Amino acid sequence: MNDNVGIVIVSHSADVARGTAMMVEQMVGREVPLGWCGGDPDGGLGTNVEAIMAAIDKAWSDKGVAILVDLGGAETNSEMAIEMLPEARRSRVVVCNAPVVEGAVMAATEAASGATLDAVRRTAEELTPA
Amino acid sequence: MMIDRETRKRLIVAVASRVIANAEELTDLDRAIGDGDHGTNMRRGFEAVLAAADELSDKGFGESLKGVGTMLVMKVGGASGPLYGTLFLSLGKSLADDVTHEQVADAFAAAVDAVKARGKSEAGQKTMLDVFLPVLEVVREGGNGMAARLRATARLAAENTIPMKAIRGRASFLGERSIGHMDPGARSCELIVDAVADVMEGCA
Repeated sequence: MNDNVGIVIVSHSADVARGTAMMVEQMVGREVPLGWCGGDPDGGLGTNVEAIMAAIDKAWSDKGVAILVDLGGAETNSEMAIEMLPEARRSRVVVCNAPVVEGAVMAATEAASGATLDAVRRTAEELTPA
Repeated sequence: MMIDRETRKRLIVAVASRVIANAEELTDLDRAIGDGDHGTNMRRGFEAVLAAADELSDKGFGESLKGVGTMLVMKVGGASGPLYGTLFLSLGKSLADDVTHEQVADAFAAAVDAVKARGKSEAGQKTMLDVFLPVLEVVREGGNGMAARLRATARLAAENTIPMKAIRGRASFLGERSIGHMDPGARSCELIVDAVADVMEGCA
């Protein structure tokens, strides 16, 4: 079990999700649990609740998981995925209102320092103009 | 009224078949103001529902609605998956096999509220809510000839989204350019309401 907050990247494109995850791994290292997914259930562009739930599971940390999303459907599907998690996990997963690539790197940097879920989310959301 | 197994199955088959049959049109509408996947996404979800129509109708009304909702959430893949999924999951929470008109109206009102919360949207933003809200009024009124009024209201409500400017969803990126096109989500709502009206009239 990892002591750091986990990061999940959800994009409409599997390539964007994978590429963002590679940037996080290279810039921040592997001490942050990382999950990612992209594409609809048929492999086209889109998002997929089942895959998001699996990515949350992969990045799971008892300190919580921060999700970074690209466009609207990724956010709606991520919120749905959170609601479908076992109750004990639901309150420990948040969707960050931040750009997906920059947000994932900043959130992971913060998480790598052992920060709380709230702090990780705040750091990612500082990228979003108020 | 009693929603028995046969009625449940007729409802599921009618709604799923109607969406599948019109998937092309939904995609065309979405191509104009969205990302062109609404029809493909809805077809994928409702094909799964149609394939499971028998086992879904074996369960009670509430459980069968929840089953439809879960399938849409898992299979649709776009924002419409969680939105329609939430609608059916919410309906399933409060409806039993033997329901009064008032219970149906209350359950539908709660389900429309759940969709509002899921999509963080309101009336007048060129979304499925612009069909569901007027339809809810007709459900509340009840009375004779409700199926025909449901059909007409849904049709008019979907057409009323044409001059609206999109505020939510991908279409909102277009701003003023979203004006002049029917919202694809509003059209899929209309199709679903129309299919339910067919079953109510016994002609499905």
